[in-house]
Amino acid sequence: MAMSGSEIKGAFYIALKDMKTYYFKAPNVSWGIMFPVVMTLAFVFRNPSGLKELVPGLLAMSILFASTSAEAIVIVFERRTKTFERLLLAPLSLQSILWGKVFGGIIFGFLISSLFLISSALFLKISIANFAFLILSLILSALVFSAFGTFISVYVREIFDAMTLANFFRFPMIFLCGVFLPVSSMPPLIRAAAYLFPLTYSVDLIRFFLTGQYDTVNPLSCVTALIVYSIVLFYFSVLILKRRMEQ
Amino acid sequence: MNIIEVSGLTKHYNDFLAVDHINFAVKEGEIFGFLGPNGAGKTTTIKMLTGLARPNEGSAIINNKDIIRQTVEAKKTIGVVTEDSNLYDELTVADNLEFTGQLYDVAGSERESRIKKLLSVLGLESKRDVKFAKLSKGMKRKVTIAAALVHSPSVLFLDEPTTGLDVLSARVLHMMIRELNQKGVTIFLTTHYIEEADRLCDTVAIIVGGKIKEIAAPEEFKLKTESKNLEEAFIEITGRKEEIMLAEKGIT
Repeated sequence: MAMSGSEIKGAFYIALKDMKTYYFKAPNVSWGIMFPVVMTLAFVFRNPSGLKELVPGLLAMSILFASTSAEAIVIVFERRTKTFERLLLAPLSLQSILWGKVFGGIIFGFLISSLFLISSALFLKISIANFAFLILSLILSALVFSAFGTFISVYVREIFDAMTLANFFRFPMIFLCGVFLPVSSMPPLIRAAAYLFPLTYSVDLIRFFLTGQYDTVNPLSCVTALIVYSIVLFYFSVLILKRRMEQ
Repeated sequence: MNIIEVSGLTKHYNDFLAVDHINFAVKEGEIFGFLGPNGAGKTTTIKMLTGLARPNEGSAIINNKDIIRQTVEAKKTIGVVTEDSNLYDELTVADNLEFTGQLYDVAGSERESRIKKLLSVLGLESKRDVKFAKLSKGMKRKVTIAAALVHSPSVLFLDEPTTGLDVLSARVLHMMIRELNQKGVTIFLTTHYIEEADRLCDTVAIIVGGKIKEIAAPEEFKLKTESKNLEEAFIEITGRKEEIMLAEKGIT
């Protein structure tokens, strides 16, 4: 759906406000940085020579946790404090308001993953197959996970439920979606389950533009899958919010 | 000329009928009071008029814009002070006003001058860089009103604006409402403080159980019910006279 100039500006200001108010707070930064680092270190201690291979998964995981940690609770928190009403009172459509929310998650997810990318380039001396497309794949991943966080945030009614639901999906994703072990090395049943989650496509897309090779899904299919997930999650977020207002 | 026209507006929450086919009009430049006991449907009505809740039936035209079909356009011309002072605790007073101005697409230089003026008029200049969370209840109320005025709306909705305020803060707020009205802003005020409505409003609508019982000027209410003040008239109209008399007997 097309957005007017003032709606695009409104969405942008909502994202800026969210960054200022929520994103750069210690708990978010720690979820976005500490968690992926700790998980990666746990695997590296077992196999120190395999660190470079973990970079695509680490980048995707950092976006997943950075984009969803705040995003999944922002709207539910604002509904509780009634500050979300301020956005609903503004001359903006529901789509624009939610775009603003998603946009905040994209920026934060991208910034955190960029830190990992820069660190990997400096300390692990990784080479990048296609830098421009790698950046685009990080942004696309941030979009899908931010939309996922937004969906959770409008779906639940309590902050505790938001974290529970987010973790219900996030933790299985870490182990199923090729972050630490390639999906191709998994048993068929688990591999089939992996294809249900967007993280699988995110990891494979990042892997391709980082190393020039993908594991099981070609880049075009990855891009298509990530875009479809983003649209579906965003559409359902708008629908749920609309329904809440009608109730 | 009517600035708000409401026709057959209805809202139900599952089986509960909160607002039942109400009709009324608000003239441009007046202070319109929307009175009723707790749970009468005041807040639900204001939510429907400001686009926060979708009516099940009926229509509401504000500044010639249909709030249901032209929601975004209608919202540009209204300011809303909700029952709770719901600005962002983490942001300063100035940042909160700045953000609200941005949401309403008020241009940068104009935004800054309006914020300056509002802070000065409301006596909030010294609080400019104070976080909203650190303000007193009365101050929070003032800042919330300032936020509703950043885009210079022609209609201001005030939902129970003085609830929880001390006498002095409430009086200051009344003065502000009058001043705004004198500058041409139409005020739609919901309250359960009858005295407040008596003191401020040109026209009063009384809503009970989701239905509008009467609409008239406060003086007309008093004449009609042969009451000394609006409070007695309100008790008469809402059919609570016997309830009050019984309670008084019980006390004495």
